[in-house]
Amino acid sequence: MKSGSNLEKVLTSGQFAVTGELGPPKNADAEVIRTKARLLKGCVDAVNITDCQTAIVRMSSIASSVILMEEGLEPVTQMTCRDRNRIAIQSDLLGASALGMKNLLCLTGDHHKFGNHPNAVGVFDMDSVQLLQMVKNMRDEKVFQCGEELKGTEPKFFLGAAANPFADPFEFRALRLAKKVVAGAQFIQTQLVYNLERFAAWMEAVRDLGVHEQCYIMAGVTPPKSIGMAKYMKNNVPGLDVPDEVIARLKGAKDAKKDVKEEGINLCVDIINQVKEIEGVAGVHIMAIEWESAVPEIAKRAGLLPRP
Amino acid sequence: MIVGERKPIQEIVGMLKGMKKVLILGCGGCVSVCSAGGEKEVEILASILRIDRKKGGEPIETIEKTLPRQCDTEYLEGLKDEAGNYDAILSMACGVGVNYLADMYPTTLVFPALNTSFMGVSEEQGVWSERCAGCGDCVLDRTGGLCPIARCSKRLLNGPCGGSQNGKCEISPNVACVWQLIYDRLKGLNQLEKLKEIFPVKDWSTSLHGGPRKIVREDLKL
Repeated sequence: MKSGSNLEKVLTSGQFAVTGELGPPKNADAEVIRTKARLLKGCVDAVNITDCQTAIVRMSSIASSVILMEEGLEPVTQMTCRDRNRIAIQSDLLGASALGMKNLLCLTGDHHKFGNHPNAVGVFDMDSVQLLQMVKNMRDEKVFQCGEELKGTEPKFFLGAAANPFADPFEFRALRLAKKVVAGAQFIQTQLVYNLERFAAWMEAVRDLGVHEQCYIMAGVTPPKSIGMAKYMKNNVPGLDVPDEVIARLKGAKDAKKDVKEEGINLCVDIINQVKEIEGVAGVHIMAIEWESAVPEIAKRAGLLPRP
Repeated sequence: MIVGERKPIQEIVGMLKGMKKVLILGCGGCVSVCSAGGEKEVEILASILRIDRKKGGEPIETIEKTLPRQCDTEYLEGLKDEAGNYDAILSMACGVGVNYLADMYPTTLVFPALNTSFMGVSEEQGVWSERCAGCGDCVLDRTGGLCPIARCSKRLLNGPCGGSQNGKCEISPNVACVWQLIYDRLKGLNQLEKLKEIFPVKDWSTSLHGGPRKIVREDLKL
């Protein structure tokens, strides 16, 4: 065990892991984190805390992680390369570790063009693969990126990365995952799975490389809250693959005068049940941003409760 | 070449407010080739400025000149006898020319008429696009000759990121994903193995981040 985090324990023990996600507020109100945290408590093994997702200024992921820990939950702190250079990242990570954070998700970060400060400098001193390598070396070799020895306590993170089986070129996606694992990724959270056929094909390519045995792959899922949200994800979110059947299913529910949100939860549970059957899938990452209250129901119906 | 684009007229008019005699100085180098700051553009800009000022009741005298290049001591020195005669020099060169004029003529006001856009190619008549970011440490041997620094929106060295779809970059359907292009090219060249290696963190000290850059070639100095 590298970090001794709860998530690492669950995954290494071979149990099917569940993580949630919490987006910090666009203000300084700790209560927002606390309220969302209480909705997720007991339903997940750890909670991702996003680092200014979609490049919108929010409470920092490290500060939000501290508040989450105060509520008795374990964070997966996200760190992107968009806003910090290697000096700032290493400094923040020493701090995060000192504050008790044990899981780290290393990302390149959404381009700032999508955010509320599109005129900012995009730092991108390094990319996610290089970030993984740097943090792994800080932990295992006790060296900073520059090669200087890290004297004293090293940051001990369980290292995670993202993978998008739905981006192009498809043939390279499993290889890119393999690169991230070589660089230091121990667990992987994927982009939202709606296209199960493509996800299964990607997992097959991952298995062919044997990478599923070198890391824990968690499938990303999100319950669509409305037909509009599903359509938006299909048409406006780069790197997302939402098949027409998903939208048709939600429409069908609406036409039958059923609750669309309820159908969204059913759909999410169905996807979880299907990815669970795929060899090499070690858990699910349930991203119900701004709909955290759906997570307990999803976890319950998917037979994921109680958590260890 | 260095590609530039003329600033909006009103911005230029604002810079020259109160000036009565201005040298409008074109450059016969890159900006001439990209039709932004050559002899023809000098003529057009001078005439627009004169009309504008005349309309406002404050006429301006414009002197038009175009040097073979504004990035060379040899050509800029030619202005030494006249630089003091103008209220200002409006340079239609890239930022390099503007800077060098300012360096050489400390008591003459110098203004830029162009925005220096990028180092790029002329794809077709009227279309230019970026190809090199001048990072000072070329990586093109590892990426099939296509630059991820200049052409990837996140300057990824281990791309493509999760935002690459249908050959396009996540920032716009009008921007090609250079990592898709790199992948396709290396595949065609039977060199996909190159993409399996992890590209280490880049040394940005050779880029702007190491301070202003300078090259001295002792073998060429007189």
